[in-house]
Amino acid sequence: MLRIPCPHCGLRDYTEFKYFGDASKSRPDLADEDLERWYAHVFLFENPKGVHREYWQHVMGCRQWLVVTRDTAVNAVRASAWPEGVVRHD
Amino acid sequence: MTKSSRLPNGGSIDRQHPIEFTLDGKALSGFKGDTVASALLANDRWVLGRSFKYHRPRGLLCAGVDEPNALLTWVEPSGVTPNLPATQIELSDGLNLKRQNGFPSVDFDLMAINGLLSPLFGAGFYYKTFMGLTKGAWMFFEPFIRRAAGLGQAAHQVDEHRYDTEYRHVDVLIVGAGIAGVAAARQFVGSGLKVLVLEQDFKPGGELNASQDQATWDIYSKAFNELLDDQNIEIKTRTTAMGLYDDQCVVALDRRQANALKERLLIIRARSILMATGALERPLTFADNDLPGVLLSKALAEYAHRYAVLAGRQILLATQNDTAYDTACSLARLGAEVTLCDARATSAHHALARQAGVNVLPDTVVARALGGKTVEGALILTGAGPFQHVPCDVIGMSGGLTPCVHLSSHQGIKPQFNESIQAFVPGTLPEHQFVAGSVTGALGFGDALSSGEQAALRMMAQWSMSPRMAALPKGAESTPLQFAKQDLLVEKLSLIRRAGGKVFVDFQNDVTLNDVASAVDEGYESIEHLKRYTTLGMGTDQGKSSNLNALMHVAHLRSLTPSQTGTTTYRPPVVPLTVGAIAGRNVGRHFRPIRRTPLHEWHLQHGATMTEAGLWLRPWFYDWAGSDVVSAYVVEMDHVRTKVGLSDVSSLGKIDVQGPDAAVFLDQVYVNGFAKLPVGKARYGVMLHDDGIVLDDGTTARLAENHYFLTTTTAQAAEVMSHLEFLLDVVWPQLKVRVSSITDQWAGMSLAGPLARQVLLKAFEERAALIEALPFMGVVDFEFESTTVRLMRLSFSGELAYELYIPANFGIALWEHLLHAGQSFELKPYGLESLASLRIEKGHVAGLELDHRNTLKDLGLARMAKPKPFIGKVLSNREELVREDRWELVGLKPVDPTVKIRGGSILFYAGERVAGHGRGYITSVTASPTLNSQIALGLLEGGLRRQGQTVIAAYPLKNEQIELEVVSPVFLDPEGARLHA
Repeated sequence: MLRIPCPHCGLRDYTEFKYFGDASKSRPDLADEDLERWYAHVFLFENPKGVHREYWQHVMGCRQWLVVTRDTAVNAVRASAWPEGVVRHD
Repeated sequence: MTKSSRLPNGGSIDRQHPIEFTLDGKALSGFKGDTVASALLANDRWVLGRSFKYHRPRGLLCAGVDEPNALLTWVEPSGVTPNLPATQIELSDGLNLKRQNGFPSVDFDLMAINGLLSPLFGAGFYYKTFMGLTKGAWMFFEPFIRRAAGLGQAAHQVDEHRYDTEYRHVDVLIVGAGIAGVAAARQFVGSGLKVLVLEQDFKPGGELNASQDQATWDIYSKAFNELLDDQNIEIKTRTTAMGLYDDQCVVALDRRQANALKERLLIIRARSILMATGALERPLTFADNDLPGVLLSKALAEYAHRYAVLAGRQILLATQNDTAYDTACSLARLGAEVTLCDARATSAHHALARQAGVNVLPDTVVARALGGKTVEGALILTGAGPFQHVPCDVIGMSGGLTPCVHLSSHQGIKPQFNESIQAFVPGTLPEHQFVAGSVTGALGFGDALSSGEQAALRMMAQWSMSPRMAALPKGAESTPLQFAKQDLLVEKLSLIRRAGGKVFVDFQNDVTLNDVASAVDEGYESIEHLKRYTTLGMGTDQGKSSNLNALMHVAHLRSLTPSQTGTTTYRPPVVPLTVGAIAGRNVGRHFRPIRRTPLHEWHLQHGATMTEAGLWLRPWFYDWAGSDVVSAYVVEMDHVRTKVGLSDVSSLGKIDVQGPDAAVFLDQVYVNGFAKLPVGKARYGVMLHDDGIVLDDGTTARLAENHYFLTTTTAQAAEVMSHLEFLLDVVWPQLKVRVSSITDQWAGMSLAGPLARQVLLKAFEERAALIEALPFMGVVDFEFESTTVRLMRLSFSGELAYELYIPANFGIALWEHLLHAGQSFELKPYGLESLASLRIEKGHVAGLELDHRNTLKDLGLARMAKPKPFIGKVLSNREELVREDRWELVGLKPVDPTVKIRGGSILFYAGERVAGHGRGYITSVTASPTLNSQIALGLLEGGLRRQGQTVIAAYPLKNEQIELEVVSPVFLDPEGARLHA
C-alpha cells in the first residue's frame, strides 16, 4: 500500500490523501481569455511511464496540498514538497 | 477391500487425543494433528467429490494448499462454508462435513452423464454452443448452466463470525517457517530487531513434514527452538501471507480462532521481507490421472510420515526427476511394495532405491491409470512399448517441482525460468525484498539452509549488522537433484497418448491436454488468452498444480521456450481469503461512518423516520404528517405553504472564509460578484469547475469586511472545501485568506412559511426591531443565552423563510425554543422529502440538476455570470457547452393531472419515435399541493423555447409513456410576493 511523506505530518498511508492529477503544467492566469491555453491546461496532460509530478491533498491530516514525485512505472513515491509559493508560518 | 490404513507407530499425530467427526452424516474418527484429508485417508475414504464439468469421481491429489479435488463443505449451526480443501481443515471435535457436486450423492451421481457428452464440453464450449445460436440463446441457457455449474453451494446466511484487522510494523518479515525460513530467522537471534515469521501450516517444517530423516529434523528443531527463546522473534503459525503490496506491505490472514475472533487480517509493514515460500510438486500428464488414488508422490510421503497413513500396500510411483527416490525408499521401509517408473534411462539414485527394496523401472512411464471409482492398476510403457498392465492400489506422480513464486511476483516482477530445475523461480526483486530456499531452486536440506542463512546476511546489511550466529550443520552430503528435460517428456507424451483416455492438466476446472491443444489450434495461443479460453488455472486453487504443466505443453505446441511462453500474471490472494476478514470490523452500521446532525436525538424522539443522505442521517418525514413517506411529505409541504415549518439543514456545508483578500478570493471563485457584497447581506452564488461545468451552489453571507460565511450543498461540501484549499495552496498562494470547515460546528435550521416572522418575533421578543428590519437576504448575528444565533433571511422553499445557525452544542436548545414559541402558530417540523420537494415548485436547482454535466446556461442561470474573471469562465464558452441543442432546464406538468411522473424518464418531442437517447430527461419530481398534480423539473433540448409544447416522458423499465406540457420551472409565485412578505 503506497505511502506518501507529508512534509508536515510524516509518512502516511495513501488512503489519507486525495489525488488530483498532473502538477507539471503551468496554469494560465485567471484573466487569460485564451481558450486554447485553458483547454490544454484542463484537458491535456502527459501520462509518463516513470517520474511524474502530481498533486495530492492530505485530506485526513493537515489538509495541505502537496506536490508529490512518483515513479509511475513501479508506483514508488520519490519525494513530496509544498507547492511553490506557499507561505509557511512555522 | 481396504487400501489405506493407519500405521501403528510414527507420525506427529497425537494418538492420546482421538477426534470424532462426520462426513455426509457418517461418523468417522481421527486424531489431533490430522487434517480432515489425512483422517479420511486413514478411514479408507477415497471418492471425495465430483469434478466440475464431467462429474468424474475425484479424491485427494495433494497433502497441502494445492489440493484441487477434495473440496468439502463445512456445516456449522451458524451456516455453511463451501469449497474448503480437506487438506487445509485441521481436524477438530464435532466437525460436520459434506462432499460436493454430486446429485443425488457423490457416490451415485446422475450428472456423470456429462462424461458421455464430453466431446461437446471442450475448451470454449460456452461460447461455441450457447452464444452463437441466436441472440437470446445464452440468456435462455444461462440459468440451467448456472445450476449445473460450480462445486459447493454458497451460504445464504449472514456470516455472524467476528473478524478483526491488525496493523504490524516490524523490522524483518519472514514468510515460511520451513528449512530456509527458520535458518534465516535464526541469524536474527540476539540482534534486537523485531522479527515476524509467518507459517501457513499448523505444524512448521515445510517440506520436512514429508520426510522421515531424523538427522535433518534434529537440526531444524534445534534451530526452531532458538527462535522461541528470543523475545524479539514472533512466530505465527496458521497464518498465510496473502499478498505483497507497495511499499514493503504484506497482507496476511491469521486463521487461529481466539478471543471470539474467527480470523484476523494482518497488514504488515516490514523494513525487510524474506519470502521462503517453498515449492510444490506437480502432477504428471497421463491418461485418467484424475482417478481417486492418483496422488502426488510427496503427498504419499507426507501422509505416511506426518500422519502415519499408508495410502496403499502396492504403490506405483511415476517420476521424471530425482525427488521421488526418497519417497520410494521411505515408503518401501514402511512395508509397502513399491515400484518406481522413471521416464529417464538413468539416475544416480537407482542403486540406493533398489537396496531399499524398490522395484526401479528406468525408461518407463505410466500411460494410463485403470480402475472404476478408484485405482486398481495401471498401463505402463517401457521404451517404445508395448503397454503392460500392472496392478496397484495407489499411483504417486512426481512431475517436477514448482516453486511458489506467487508472493514475490505480485508486484509485477516476472519469474524467470531455471534450467536446472526446469521450473520458474522469482525474478530480480527490488531492494529490501529477498527469497530463499526451494522457491529459488535451492533444493535439498543443506542447500536450503545455506540459502536461508545467506539471505539473512544480505538482509542484515540494511542495519549494517554482521552475523552473530554460526552457520548450521548442513546434514549429510547429497547428490544434486536432476530433472528431465522437455524433449524427453515430449517424446514420452506422444507414446502415452496412444493409451487413449483423458489426460487432465487442471483438475479443478476439468481441463485436459486436448483442451489446451484446441485452444492453441484456435488461435488462443497467448498464455493469458489460453487461461481464459480454457479456464485453466481459474479455479480456487488458481492453477497451483496445473499452470506449469500447461505452460510446458503450450511451449511445445508453439515451438517456444518456457521463457518465451511466459507465466500468467500472479495476483493476490495467494489462497482464498474470507470476505469477512477483509471487512474486519467494518460491517453493518460500521461499514461507513455515520454523520449525525446536532439535532439527531431530537428527531429520533419525536417521530422522525430517518434516511441516509450520503453519510448523513437526516429526518425523512415525521409521523405527525403521516405513517409513510408518500402521504406524509405532501402534508408537510402543505403545512409549510399555509402555516409554518421547521427543518434541520445542519448537513449543508459551511465554510468560514477570513482574511484581507477574502473578498477578492470569493469574487474569483463564484461566477457572480461577492467583493462588493455589503456587510450584513447574503447572496446566492454558483461556482464552476475549471472546465466550465457547474460545481456547486450556495448562499454566502458577508459578516464583516474580511469575513464571509459560505454555504454549500450537503453532497458537495467536501469537494468545495478541497477546491478552495487547492486554489489557496497552489493557484493563489499569495492571497491572504484562511478557510475553515465549520459544517459540524454549527447547527442549522430553516424556518419557513407565511407565519415564519411571527414565530421569530415570539421567540426573540427583545430582538423585534432587528427582526422586523432584516431585509430579504439580510444576515445578522445576535446573542442568545450566552451564545450566538446567526439569522439569515433567505428561502429555499419560496415561502417567507429564515435560516438560523447556532453552535452545535446549542442546536437542540434553539430548536426546542423555536418550537415552543411556534406552538400558537402550529409550527411543525418537516423532513428532507418535503424540504427537497418544496424547492421543485419554486424551480430551484439542487443536487439532481447539479450533476456535473450541466452549465449555467443549461440551468437557466446564465445571467448570473458577471463580466469579471472567475474559475471556469473561459472554458464555459467552449463549443460543446454553447451548442444550440443542449438540454436546458424546464418545468413539466402532466397533461392528465392524475398520472404519476417517474424521475429519470427520457423525454421525446410529441410525435417523434420513442427510441434512442431522446431529447432530455426528468431530474426532479414531486406532488404539488399547489397545482394538485405531480410536477417535474427536467432538462430538454431547446429548453423554454419549447414552452407550451407537449413532450413524451418514457420509462422503458416499466413500459410507461405519459404526456407532459413544457412550462416555466417556477410553478409557484413567480413575482416572489411570498418571499418578500
